[in-house]
Amino acid sequence: MLSEVNYLLFNGVLLVSFVACAVYLVFFFSQKEHLRKVARIIFLTSGVLQTLYILSRYLIAGYTPITSQHEAVTFFAWSVTWAYLSFHWRYSVRNFGTFVSILVLIMLVIAAFASRAFNPLAPALQSMWLPVHAGVSVMAYGFLALAFCGGLMYLLQERELKSKRFGFFFNRLPSLESLDQLNSHCLTIGFVFLTLGIISGSVWARQAWGTYWHWDPKETWSLITWFLYAAQIHQRMTAGWRGKRAAVMTIIGFCSVVFTLWGVTFLLGGVHSYAR
Amino acid sequence: MPGEMILLLGVNHKKTPLEVREKLALSSGYDEPLEALGKIEGIKEYYLLSTCNRVEILVSVHDGADVQHALSRFLFGDALSPEEFDKYLYCYHNAEAVHHLFMVAASLDSMIVGESQILGQLKEAYRHSAEKKSTGPILNRLLHKSFSVAKRVRSETQIGSSAVSISYAAIELAKKIFGSIENKRVLLIGAGEMAELAAEHLVGNGAKDVVVCNRTLERALDLAKRFNGSAVGLDELHEQLEYVDIIVSSTGAPGVILQRDEVKPIMRERRNKPLFFIDIAVPRDLDPGLNDLENVYLYDIDDLNNVVELNKAERDKEAIKASRIVDEEALKFKDWLAGLGITPTIAALREKGNQVMQLELERTLPRLKNLTVKEQKSVEKMASAIVSRMLHDPMIFLKSENCKDQSAMKVDVFRSVFALEKKE
Repeated sequence: MLSEVNYLLFNGVLLVSFVACAVYLVFFFSQKEHLRKVARIIFLTSGVLQTLYILSRYLIAGYTPITSQHEAVTFFAWSVTWAYLSFHWRYSVRNFGTFVSILVLIMLVIAAFASRAFNPLAPALQSMWLPVHAGVSVMAYGFLALAFCGGLMYLLQERELKSKRFGFFFNRLPSLESLDQLNSHCLTIGFVFLTLGIISGSVWARQAWGTYWHWDPKETWSLITWFLYAAQIHQRMTAGWRGKRAAVMTIIGFCSVVFTLWGVTFLLGGVHSYAR
Repeated sequence: MPGEMILLLGVNHKKTPLEVREKLALSSGYDEPLEALGKIEGIKEYYLLSTCNRVEILVSVHDGADVQHALSRFLFGDALSPEEFDKYLYCYHNAEAVHHLFMVAASLDSMIVGESQILGQLKEAYRHSAEKKSTGPILNRLLHKSFSVAKRVRSETQIGSSAVSISYAAIELAKKIFGSIENKRVLLIGAGEMAELAAEHLVGNGAKDVVVCNRTLERALDLAKRFNGSAVGLDELHEQLEYVDIIVSSTGAPGVILQRDEVKPIMRERRNKPLFFIDIAVPRDLDPGLNDLENVYLYDIDDLNNVVELNKAERDKEAIKASRIVDEEALKFKDWLAGLGITPTIAALREKGNQVMQLELERTLPRLKNLTVKEQKSVEKMASAIVSRMLHDPMIFLKSENCKDQSAMKVDVFRSVFALEKKE
């Protein structure tokens, strides 16, 4: 019974996210204000359904559902969605939702293709640290994904302004200043979570494997990602790195995040690769 | 159509040269001309619009009344001989007049299509007419409708949103870079008229400080005073660049006064806060290479002109959408007008049916002596039902769409068939 609900819930999430994305796109093209409200409500519904889906998986599995490929990506989409919704509560950046909803939809589609089977939990993962470490890390990825969307938008808008050829995006995208602020804001939050994720992981590693750090590929790549973001934040604070350079760095950083999440698992292996 | 006819006469910037428009008799406010207009024989409702680009008279008259000559006489005064009137004047009837008024209100007939002033002028003119009580049910509705058409055009198209002058284009760009101009500092290089105009726009949009940098400090001081700003000499230019955000350059210098390599180190000092250079001087003051620097945006006069041209093209596209809205609304109004022509006939028909029914009831009821009150009511009900059933289809026919086009003829036929007395 519960597993059927679970199955239907995911299809519901997929459908609602698709509709949200579609309405956002129609809004993006037509710029009809009332559509934006509609899109936001649908996107919020998608966020609620995602939460319910993850809860239902938790109830069935009895542990935090973040260990399989499907679960990790769904969790990622969930964190992007809620990072956006929480962000939106404070700021409003023109047409940001369109980009975010596309990203979320892509993730959910990837999750849909992965196996939804429940795998028994590996002994090393049976710990209170699982939700803490994985949850915090995925929250970090959520905010970093938002920064990535903002960076893309910045590059698009900057190109129009520099080339002086005003096409499709010029009117639809917000000002450079607001995109740069978005970037800095999301990056700061994301970086704090990322740091906490690495620290909690290292403490857990000490308990589970006996050492704080043992250069597992995933650990190494997390560290590389961390350094990429740390360098960028440092440069922003000291040398005033901003604008295009910051946007490019954000995009590179996010590529590193994506590689840490998938590339490492499939290409490099290592003790972290449970979710194969 | 029996009853009213709407008539619109006028001259505008398209058909009439300025020299002629200047001579028109209506340059002295609304009150006097409106009074004079009211004295013309045959006019029921009247309204007058006078702006620098157009003078228009809108009246409703009894059908068949010939007021066109009197109105053109009124419009031109003694400035032109009557033979010349036709050359400049346009005159629209009914549906065409409605359509034209909507076009004017939606700013599709303006010199700068999409400018928003005209709606205010229309409302102002209407206020004067309303004070004089010169407008009645038809013009009131027509003018109110024209305001709502203008509003609809504004909200459903982007006809008014594009910047079609250089100053506006510069401000639009600044907003895309800085988000808002509020509290941004402006530096004027050169103290000419162009610089002044640009600064006025920027300050009008919220810019905070104005610094004027000029070869002769005296002229700089004069201009700075106007904006409560400060003045510096050209040798302080580099230092100032550290603190300002928007630079408008308009000197008469023969060559480039600011090189890319001079600005590069300044960006480091500024911690890469964006700089927006606007070069409106010919020949150019600023090195085109500035635009290649990160977080520096340089627009020269040609670039700004391109933005303006682009916006114009965009606006023309929107104007097509807007005309469609106007067409649609004009058609709706035409239907309403046609309906107005039918209304008295429908009322007369109902009245007649009622009379016939009353007459027959009065004749019949006294003869049926044994009826209870309830039965009597039933008979009355039946009579009334027969009448309304009989009249139902003719009324539907009268109201039907295909009838509206030739309503004048249909109404006449209708009246003869049912022997309705002529109205009024």
